[in-house]
This record gives sequence, structure tokens and C-alpha cells, in this order.
Amino acid sequence: MSARPLALSSRIPQGFAHAGLLWPSLGVILVFMVAPIAIMLTYSFLVPGAYGGVEWTFSTAAYEQILFERDFLDDSLTFTPDYLIIVARSLIQATVATLLCLVISVPTAYYIATRSDRVKNIWLFLITIPYWVNLLIRTIALLFVLRDDGPINSALLDVGVIGQPLALSYNGFAISLGLIYSFLPFMVLPLYSAFERFDFRLLEAAYDLYASRRVAFFRIVLPVMRPGLIAGSLLVFIPSVGSYLAPDILGGGKTLMIGNLIGTQFQAARNWPFGAALSMILLTITLIVLLWLARRAAQQQRSN
Amino acid sequence: MQRAIIEPNPTPPADSKAASPSKPGSLLQHPNSVAAEVRNLRKIYNVGSPQAHEALKDVNLSIRANEFFTLLGPSGCGKTTLLRILGGFEMLTSGTCRIFGEDVSRLPPEARPVNTVFQQYALFPHMTVRRNIAFGLEMLGKPKAEVERTVERMLDLVHMREYADRRPDTMSGGQRQRVALARALAPQPKLLLLDEPLSALDLKLRQKMRLELKSLQRETGITFIFVTHDQEEALAMSDRVAVISNGHLQQVGTPEDIYEQPQSRFVADFIGESNLIEAKVADSAGSEAAFDIEGFGQVQAPIGQRVEVGQQVWLSIRPERLVLGAVHREGPQATVTDRTYLGNAVEYHLRAGKHALTARSPRGGLRGRQDFAPGDAVSLGFEPGSIKVLLS
Repeated sequence: MSARPLALSSRIPQGFAHAGLLWPSLGVILVFMVAPIAIMLTYSFLVPGAYGGVEWTFSTAAYEQILFERDFLDDSLTFTPDYLIIVARSLIQATVATLLCLVISVPTAYYIATRSDRVKNIWLFLITIPYWVNLLIRTIALLFVLRDDGPINSALLDVGVIGQPLALSYNGFAISLGLIYSFLPFMVLPLYSAFERFDFRLLEAAYDLYASRRVAFFRIVLPVMRPGLIAGSLLVFIPSVGSYLAPDILGGGKTLMIGNLIGTQFQAARNWPFGAALSMILLTITLIVLLWLARRAAQQQRSN
Repeated sequence: MQRAIIEPNPTPPADSKAASPSKPGSLLQHPNSVAAEVRNLRKIYNVGSPQAHEALKDVNLSIRANEFFTLLGPSGCGKTTLLRILGGFEMLTSGTCRIFGEDVSRLPPEARPVNTVFQQYALFPHMTVRRNIAFGLEMLGKPKAEVERTVERMLDLVHMREYADRRPDTMSGGQRQRVALARALAPQPKLLLLDEPLSALDLKLRQKMRLELKSLQRETGITFIFVTHDQEEALAMSDRVAVISNGHLQQVGTPEDIYEQPQSRFVADFIGESNLIEAKVADSAGSEAAFDIEGFGQVQAPIGQRVEVGQQVWLSIRPERLVLGAVHREGPQATVTDRTYLGNAVEYHLRAGKHALTARSPRGGLRGRQDFAPGDAVSLGFEPGSIKVLLS
């Protein structure tokens, strides 16, 4: 076992096995990820300029603004939950979208993974088809489907099931639908590969050892597939929390999520430090979720 | 394809009172009771479709309690299907399957007092050795103290105590094999099914595990049903062997029976090596008969069943029982076409008329045994009783 990496590296010509190969991607990450985050972090501790931009004065006002409202007469701070509600709504929307994606994806991924190779490839190909169309266009298309005079409401009205159009668009429901629709493949694909690697003989072994179908699912299938479940959930949850398009277009800008709030601060509101502070909060939430999952995985590893 | 289905040896009738309750956990097995019994068992895959395939064709078999019983046959013969039907992983198409008298034909695996050692072990990768072994006991709802006690006993039984807190993916094939055994034995099944458990191991380890398996079976007193395509393995470990080919049971008997008294060409050829020679009955008198072999002459051989003069039969003779000598007398002769040195023996390939034969001589050429070179003419002698007459 231990000889394998050696054998592998001995086959690669010396001059090519070089850490320098990593520099292009490291450079991209440095320039386009680390630097902007550093700038954002800096801006979040500054004071907004009158016409956008920042003034170079240190201040924690941007962070205070998330929880408190400053009275412009006497400068006193009063607690306001408005922004917390938006953060909570974002978390709830993302959690709901993630859970629904899970529920939809498990049977789908299981079905695809248990087909023959040829059929498998057709299904995987079909799953990627939506990505041939730009997300903005797809989201707008979904809005047209959900609108009061869209095909769903028209059909239901024509049949006479409903007397007036259902409120399908410009609300939380539409946002959830948009998030699920946008990120579903990110759940299906990791689950598919987890199911494909899953050794179904483990189930036979579980039944052989007197496990019921339910117990075998919870004690064997789920734990063995945990890495796939976590990967899929993260791939859906993280972009969902900060999503901008779905709430903007399908929510009609009425139901704000944290992504839209941040966008507004940099555009209409011209409060860059506040936008930067909100971005840092979003980043922190993401990191907390990641760390929590990593810790849980490590605990799981130890406790078994 | 073989025509005859050979009935297994008569087994003592199943005593209905000896049939134990279906719950696993009891090691009490009546020495003469029937552990597993299949009657008129048929298994057809994809019934009704163009790919329908009959894997088992009317199999009748009785396996005694406390027996190390082996299902032996080439790959695709139906032996694994039979094991999986006993384990409940495949549903039989028709017939019955009883375990200690109870009809389990329609029971799922979790309702059978049977555990399995799977071919690739199928150990739970997210659990340690200890948790793997405990799984079956926990599923049976055993009290925690008992589970722990049994797990410790199993760890000792398979000499895996020092690996108790390791995970399967950090262990070698032989170690996994032991864990799989311990996991399957822990719930004290009435029947242990083993699906080619040694096939993934290298030769030395395989030979060692053969002995371990055999002694484990004696220690636990559990009936083992072992599937293999390796005839040497089957002969070395089993109390009785069932030879299966093409979905038919060819012969059931002790390893000696199977090797010394093959009842069909398939068994003679599959178990060890055999020279199979077509012959016609020339004369038959009582328990002896004379056979004409084309381009070869006439030989005498004892017969176990009635034959008609002129009937077509096959004569089987093991290479080690074919004696070569210098040409000095009347009788069958052959020409050496090839000589292979095997270390502990020398193998001669011979041509006698249209027949190609193989003879094996222990320490050929040494200690008074005469050695031969390709091109030599030799006389053929048969040890008494070495020729088996096969009708099919």
C-alpha cells in the first residue's frame, strides 16, 4: 500500500512534478478571491462616502447598523430586527431549498445510478441540459410560467378549479421554487456518484444480520453516503443563502434576501461599508456551516 | 449436458421434534437432524423474458446438522444461486427450501436463522471491527452486556483482538476475512453460508485459512455451507461435497467418494484430472466387464451397474494410477509425446492410437522408477480397480 505513491511519482519525469504547476490557479484565487475579500473586510470598517465609495475613517458603525438603528437626532442606538429577519429568511429559504433538493434528488440519483451505463449517460446528459441556457433567462422563464396570466394559472382558471389566479409569483414560494430549480443538479450529481460507489452488497449483509429495511437505510446507507450528502447539501445551501437572481426576479424585490440587501447597498443605497459588513456576515455564516459539518464528520469518524 | 440427476445419499429423516425454533441464537443442533433441505428446487432468472435463464433445475439436497458441506462447481453452474436462495437473497421459482425443518422459501434474509460470509466480505466501511461484529447482535436486540461479551469472544476466536478498533479499509484481505467470519458467527446462526470466502486471498493465506475454517467449524459446531469452484479446497475441508454443473446436482458424497468413485464424466474430469476414454462393452459377467477401446485393445474393469454388451461407456483413469513400463509384453501400448517435470512428480503425455492420455509418476525416473523421454514407446498398465466405468 505504502509503495503506491512512490511507484506513481517514479513514473512522472522529474521536471514535471513541480509545485510550480499550481501557480496559475493559485494566482487566480489570490487575485480574484483573497484580494476582494480583504478589500471588503477593510471597507466594512470604514465610513460611507456621500456619493458611494468610502471615506478612510475607522468605524464599526456598519456592523452596529445590522442590529441597531441610530437615531439621527440624539445618536442613541435602538435595537431593530429588520436586517436580522432578512438574514433569518435567507437561512430559512436556503435550508428549505436544500432539504427539498435532497428529498427530490435521493430517488432520482438512486434511479440513475442503478441503470445500465448507456442509460446512465443519457440521464446525466439530460440533467445538464438546463445549463445550456443562462441562469437569468431560465429564472425569467420560470417567472413567466408562474405569473398570474402564466400557463399554470390560465389552465387552472380555464378548467374552473380556481376563481382567481393563485399567487404563485412574487413571494417566498416562487423564490424557493427558483432556488430548487437552479441548484437541483448540484444535489443530484454528488448523490448520483455516491450511489454509484455504494456497494449494495452492504445492504444484503445488513439484511443478513437481521436489519429491517428502515434500520439498514439509516445505519448503513446514510452513513456510507454521508460525504455525498454533505457535498450536495453544501453545493445547494451556500449559493442559495447568498442568491441574488431568484429573490430579485421571482420575489419581485419585495421579499428581500441577504444577497439583494447587499446588492442594494452597493447600488441604490450607496452604503458600501454596510454592504461590505453584510457580505462578511454572509461569509461567516458559510464558514460556520462548513466548520460545523467538518467537526461533525470528525466526531463521526471517532465515535464509530 | 449431463442427463442424470444423481440423488444425494440417503439422509436420516427429519425428526419433526428435532426441528428447532426459527429464532437464531441456539447452538443446540441434533447431530442427526437435517440442517437444510431443498426439494425440487428450480430457479429461473427473468421468467417469461427472452433472456430467461434456468440457473437451477430440479435440485434435491439434504445437508446434515454439524456438517461442513461444500457446493462445488465451475463458475455459472448455479452453486452461488443455491447459496443465495438458502440465505434469502434470491427467491426460488418453485420447490421448497427448509432450514431445520422450517419452510423458509418465502422468508426474507432477516427472518432466517442464517448468516453469510460474503465473497468480498461486505464489511461496513464506516464501522470499526468491533461495531461490525456487534451489528447482528444489536439487530437481534441482545442486551448490551451480552453483545459486548460475545464480541470479545468472537475477537478472540478469529484472533483479531488487536484490530478491534480499526476500520476495514485499513486491513489486509486475510484480516477482513476473519472479521467477516466473526461478524457472521456472532449471532450464532444455525447455518453459516460462505460464498467463495477464500477466493480473494493469495495461495499461502488460502491454505492457512482452510485449516482455520475447518477448525472453526468443529469448535462452533455450526453447520457450514461453503461455495467454491476450487476442487482442492472442497476436498480438503468438507465432510461432504455436492458437485454442481449446469444447474444440475451431479453427485453428492464424501471427498473420497467424489474423487475415487465419480459417477459421471463431468465429476471425473472436474475433480482432479482424469483420462476419459470412450469404450464399448465387449463382455459382461457379474461384477466384471470387458471393454473394447478402439485402436487400443481390451481392458477389464469392475462395474457397479448393469451394462449391455455393445453399450457405449466411458472409462476414467487417474493419471497417477496409469503405470508406464518398458515394452516387453502383450497389451496396450503408447508413445510418449511430452514429458513435464513437476518437482514432486513427472507428467508424461502419451498417444495411444487416437487417444491422448496423461500419466503422472511420483519422483519419475528416481528410486527404481523408470524415466521416459518423448518418442519412447511404453506399455500401459492399470492399477487394480483404477478404471471407473461411467455411463454418462
